[in-house]
Amino acid sequence: MKIAVCLKQVPARDWQPRVNDQKTWVRDQDASFEVNEPDAYALEEGLRLKEKLGGEVVVCSAGPPRVSHALREALARGADRAIHVEDETLATADAFAVAGALASAMRDEQFDLVLTGLQSDDQGSAQTGVMLAELLGIASATIIMEVDVQPGALRVKRELEGGWFQWMALPLPALLTIQSGINQLRYATLKGIMAAKKKEIRKVAPPAGLSSRQQIVSLYVPEKRKHTEMIGGSAADAAKTLIRMLRDEARVLS
Amino acid sequence: MILVIAEQQGGTLNRASWETVAAAQQAGGPVKVALLGTGTDAAGAELAGAGVAEVLLVQAPALESYTLDGFVAALAQIVASERPGDVFLPHTYQTRDFAPALAVRLGRALVTDCVAIKRTDGRLLFVRPVFQGRLLADVAPAGPALVTFQIGAVRADSVTRGAAPAAIRIVTAAVEAAAIRQRPEAPFREAKQAVDLSQAERIVAVGRGIKDQDKIALVQQLAEAMGAEVGASRPICDSGWLPMDRQIGSSGQTVAPKVYVALGISGAIQHLVGMKGARTIVAINKDPEAPIFEIADYGIVGDLFEIVPALIKELQG
Repeated sequence: MKIAVCLKQVPARDWQPRVNDQKTWVRDQDASFEVNEPDAYALEEGLRLKEKLGGEVVVCSAGPPRVSHALREALARGADRAIHVEDETLATADAFAVAGALASAMRDEQFDLVLTGLQSDDQGSAQTGVMLAELLGIASATIIMEVDVQPGALRVKRELEGGWFQWMALPLPALLTIQSGINQLRYATLKGIMAAKKKEIRKVAPPAGLSSRQQIVSLYVPEKRKHTEMIGGSAADAAKTLIRMLRDEARVLS
Repeated sequence: MILVIAEQQGGTLNRASWETVAAAQQAGGPVKVALLGTGTDAAGAELAGAGVAEVLLVQAPALESYTLDGFVAALAQIVASERPGDVFLPHTYQTRDFAPALAVRLGRALVTDCVAIKRTDGRLLFVRPVFQGRLLADVAPAGPALVTFQIGAVRADSVTRGAAPAAIRIVTAAVEAAAIRQRPEAPFREAKQAVDLSQAERIVAVGRGIKDQDKIALVQQLAEAMGAEVGASRPICDSGWLPMDRQIGSSGQTVAPKVYVALGISGAIQHLVGMKGARTIVAINKDPEAPIFEIADYGIVGDLFEIVPALIKELQG
């Protein structure tokens, strides 16, 4: 089975984003980057399917040159090769432009199955996967908790709201957005890291005329709407103060 | 004209549909509401009570149960014939499933998970959280857009009623059952939830900040000392450190206890929607800029592994 996993490189979760001078994006020159965590689950699922069914896993990403680090990490975890749609403007592009860039680079590969995480930790639009499927003309399903591959088709378990689930059949080729927590992530081994150095990352230019359909005109820290009583002091003092306030002020402890 | 896509299950409208109608009314101008599915007469009559221009009941045998392909096909026709400006939708799992494909089909921008609307220089800007809720972005779409609204962003009870019921029009959509690639089976629940956190009066919830599975015991001790139930954010349950039925947030349980203690929970929006109804919220986190402090009544910035034992000692002392 020929599997593609689309992943995004995003600022690390523990990085505190600061707004740039134009107030249109974050000061990402100060950031460290990592593989978008939801996409890591998609990669893991792709690797497990390949181990079960054979074939190859190709990781695909659209972004600036730094993205090659994320792709190299995916190769170290076991992906076979990578496609990098490289362009500076893709760092801040919307899902429509990113999906367009990926679609043009992936179309000729004729993947059987395309997997992505369900959303990114930076813009969090939760759109790229389904847009990509529509551009590639393949079926899609979202928020998938289990993947069962059958001849020429898939049976997948979708998560619905409020603790409900649903099984669904769809034909191959198909795209799935994978729910975080579907599997336990593996880490790259030293052997994997060494092997990854020899694996191919094919660089591709984005198609001409690609542009975002929306623009961030202002980026800012949310205004605080609630008064928060911040309790300082040593751990023991803070604990004492908090318990007293919960008892006497909020009256939620007896 | 703004077109609202309402959502129903078994003929019952969800609250998010009303919230989206309210958002459209606040944006200004005439509003139409489309409701897809079969057996929607009663829900349609309910929607017609709102101050809207018209309710469209979009019907086809192939729309009886939700499918991505079926909804995209039907809504592409409705948007082509009604020619709305913006199209507003609730940011539900169902919308998330089909709206990106619809946006591509229509060649429109899709702005997701909005929490507010601003009007500047005669155009609408949509406010949405980015970077895990640490920042807000005012977003300008190019041309008429599809816009989804976060659950709870607008109050459902702020919908203005119409002087008289709005007209209801039945629209038959041309949706070929054979062209629908997804074949859904009946929705089901996993084995009954062992824990119902929605009724808990006190909850101690734990997030990524706990770092280590062995430290969960510490959280359980605090919960016990407070007479509280233990809850968790999604990553903790994903890691298997606590069972899934302890998960609070958009994909878990929604809770409204008297007191909610968030330990090492940064406050991503997916978690906040499940607990912001708590009466008193306590946040303990090493990151002073964690979004959880935005909604906390009491906050302590510091090391969980010092503060939690101190709290246990204080409660037992």
